[in-house]
Amino acid sequence: MGVQDLARDGLMVRPADGYGIDGVEARFLARPRSVEEAGQVLAAAAADGLAVSFVGGGGKLGLGNPPERLDLVVETTALDQVLEHAAGDLVVRAQAGVRLADLQATLAPAGQQLALDPPEPRATLGGVVAANASGPRRLRYGTVRDLLIGITVVLADGTVARAGGKVVKNVAGYDLGKLFCGSLGTLGMVAEVIFRLHPVPAAASVVTLAVDGPAQAGEAVGRLQETALEPSAVELTVDEFGWPGRLTTVFEGIQPGVEAQAAAAAELLGRVGEAAVAGPGGVEAALSQLGARPFEKAEYALKATFPPAELAGVLGDLAGTERRWSGGSLSAHAATGVLWLASAAREGDLPADSPAFPMAVAAIRDQRERLAARGGSLVLVKGPPELKRAVDVWGPPGDAVGLMRRVKERFDPDRRLGPGRFVGGI
Amino acid sequence: MDRQALIRRLTGIVGPQGVISERNQLRTYECDGLANFRVIPSVVVLPETADQVRGTVKACHEAGVPFVARGSGTGLSGGALPVSDGVLIVLARMRRVLDLDLSNRRAVVEPGVLNLQVTKEVAPNGLYYAPDPSSQQVCSIGGNVAENSGGAHCLKYGFTTNHVTACEVVLPDGELVHLGGDGRSPDPPGYDLLGAFVGSEGTLGITTTVTLRLLRKPEAVRTLLAAFESTDHAGDAVSKIIGAGIVPAAIEMMDALAMEAAEAAVHVHYPEGAGAVLVVELDGPAAEVEHQFEEVERLCREAGSTTIQIAEDDDQRALFWKGRKSAFAAVGRISPDYYVQDGVIPRTALPEVLRKINRMADERGLRVANVFHAGDGNLHPLVLYDGSVEGQEQRAEELAAEILYTCLEHGGSITGEHGVGFDKKQYLPKQFGPEDLDTMQLVRCAFDPDGRANPGKVFPTPRLCGERPGPRRVHPVEQAGLAEVF
Repeated sequence: MGVQDLARDGLMVRPADGYGIDGVEARFLARPRSVEEAGQVLAAAAADGLAVSFVGGGGKLGLGNPPERLDLVVETTALDQVLEHAAGDLVVRAQAGVRLADLQATLAPAGQQLALDPPEPRATLGGVVAANASGPRRLRYGTVRDLLIGITVVLADGTVARAGGKVVKNVAGYDLGKLFCGSLGTLGMVAEVIFRLHPVPAAASVVTLAVDGPAQAGEAVGRLQETALEPSAVELTVDEFGWPGRLTTVFEGIQPGVEAQAAAAAELLGRVGEAAVAGPGGVEAALSQLGARPFEKAEYALKATFPPAELAGVLGDLAGTERRWSGGSLSAHAATGVLWLASAAREGDLPADSPAFPMAVAAIRDQRERLAARGGSLVLVKGPPELKRAVDVWGPPGDAVGLMRRVKERFDPDRRLGPGRFVGGI
Repeated sequence: MDRQALIRRLTGIVGPQGVISERNQLRTYECDGLANFRVIPSVVVLPETADQVRGTVKACHEAGVPFVARGSGTGLSGGALPVSDGVLIVLARMRRVLDLDLSNRRAVVEPGVLNLQVTKEVAPNGLYYAPDPSSQQVCSIGGNVAENSGGAHCLKYGFTTNHVTACEVVLPDGELVHLGGDGRSPDPPGYDLLGAFVGSEGTLGITTTVTLRLLRKPEAVRTLLAAFESTDHAGDAVSKIIGAGIVPAAIEMMDALAMEAAEAAVHVHYPEGAGAVLVVELDGPAAEVEHQFEEVERLCREAGSTTIQIAEDDDQRALFWKGRKSAFAAVGRISPDYYVQDGVIPRTALPEVLRKINRMADERGLRVANVFHAGDGNLHPLVLYDGSVEGQEQRAEELAAEILYTCLEHGGSITGEHGVGFDKKQYLPKQFGPEDLDTMQLVRCAFDPDGRANPGKVFPTPRLCGERPGPRRVHPVEQAGLAEVF
């Protein structure tokens, strides 16, 4: 049975009406309402030899190289059920199309949360897994790989398979969940997920520090790291008008604990610059802004990763490049070694035939080389297709790329799932 | 290649001091920490460098010979059980700490480095390595990586997989790859092959260099030992603590029989007549720990704790932990033989499952000592028996299996930290369906298409990699490799 038959039969598949990724338009759009239906859709796509990409909230559709082919887009948004919240066990099982914000609202009455805070407002659980999305609190809780304990996937041929389970401690069988974290839909569709949960902290405190440049930022974060303080997040933001930037350190826990930690942090950071413990209103404001990435209007955006101790060096490299190409606003998970950078160029400012285009390409390549020399990477997380094609979104893949290709060949032997979108042309 | 030719080639790679081929000497390596299964390997190789590991694996690949990696040999699932026609690669001589990058909190070590050694190396700098399996004084980091080892403190801090940031790996064909990027930068682009590799029980390759995440020692640590009338009461205390939004570093439970054994071995002075004890440890910023510790004390009393002892200092804390960590071995003092199980259940099912275990044990006229990581529902029932009594061993084996089925009925797992290995592979299909196992096999085939890395472990009847789905048959390597199992 092919996709046309499913379209005839009813609701699952319809024409894509111009829906596409990076200008590559799909022919069909499917919206399965159950894992079984997802299996049928993918089996039909396999019978027809269709190239498939998956989409949840759509907020990360810009991630990845432009697909070489695209026939069918499978939306997970109808898989929107929270299946089981075992509050006493701090575990939740949910379908992939559930929005993270909706899940948090479901968990909140029990005083629990999924400890992931990517900033995309429409993010779905499946999308967070597939894109390995994260936010400021990764410093304390880790990333999706650290919280995902079970997964159900639909493979390229429609096979439904699961791994892990409902218990946090579990070493039975291979950990396929981790393999799917960040795989961008190139190994299969994430259909159901099981996460371990954390209690929602009762109190928060915030310490802010104005930082005048890379060296001071590096020193401040380095000092925090040398103590037994346990911040949930250490965020650096520098807006597009340049330095000074602001370092926001967040403590979460119980009231006496966060107060004591904030006081100690303010004292410590006070030796570096002007540090202050935020008042109640300031805490609210800081937390609501935490992790925001001002990418909306930017022509392109970059994610840099590096060893955390290299923060000052990385910031210095960025400051040394001509600002127009290296960036506008930046925000960094400063103690984790992740930095997000929005281009100063606005959307539409950089057509491929403009004289500035090659300069942007050169600036990205230059930063990528500098980061690679430090052991890190530079990923183009948003950009026009021409720019993506010019620089490769992911950069050099390292010596495990051959093995990655062999994994891809086993999971998707016909190379139909997001062909070309992933690392090394996978 | 015949055996002698292979031995010559291996000797050329690691030198004569690195090859063992005399049958009597090979016997030393016939089993790991699970002595129920014994197989004498064809050859044992003891490489000292990553290059030698690579050369050895390449030689095996070219000779079409299977290999098994072994660290300290403390595993409890037979994961390092040799294959009779294969090479056992022992990594115990690779014990160098290659780099301590304190500013990025990373240690880069060879696989034979002992778990506790890592913490000893960095303790002067106020850092430590979090995963702490009970065998941490002797188990190796390479073995921890293979098994995704846990420990008492993984309730708060996670498992080996959360603390390994990169591995240099020799694949089964001898190719050397780096998984996890530089191990210092987060989110390396590409598939998370490191996540698949950690915990793969030696079936995907051998790690030759491991990068570990180090943590800053917490400002405060408080530990208490609370006695209860029964495991039900202790279980209730655990629920109350977790329900209060407290995440202790560890919550461990022992029942009366386990206490009896541990008391005989290490003299912890457990309160007389207690049906269960909890060891609860909190760590973190001092103000938070102090406040929550009082809360934990109160909740234990509320749940009916009869006695609460608070560790006054590090020595007393160590004693509390010694009782817990020596419990397995101590059981040897009260029973000639025992099975260790490693099932996991949702923590809230604890009272019900314990009652069921006791009932099943009574029905068979056997005793079960219970030691477990109560915070995360990881049970270690020790099924006691006397192998010299006709029929007891079989009944014990049946009971051990029944316990695992009970865990699965409650939505749990057959293993929380010991691994599937050789011991529990027949139970894996009870936990996962054929599609699930076939999908895991896709990973195996990408890493090890010839099935030569630790064959006969984890999966009961793996498909050959070229094979299309259809009726299953026994893997020929498995058939050949395990011929001598007794």
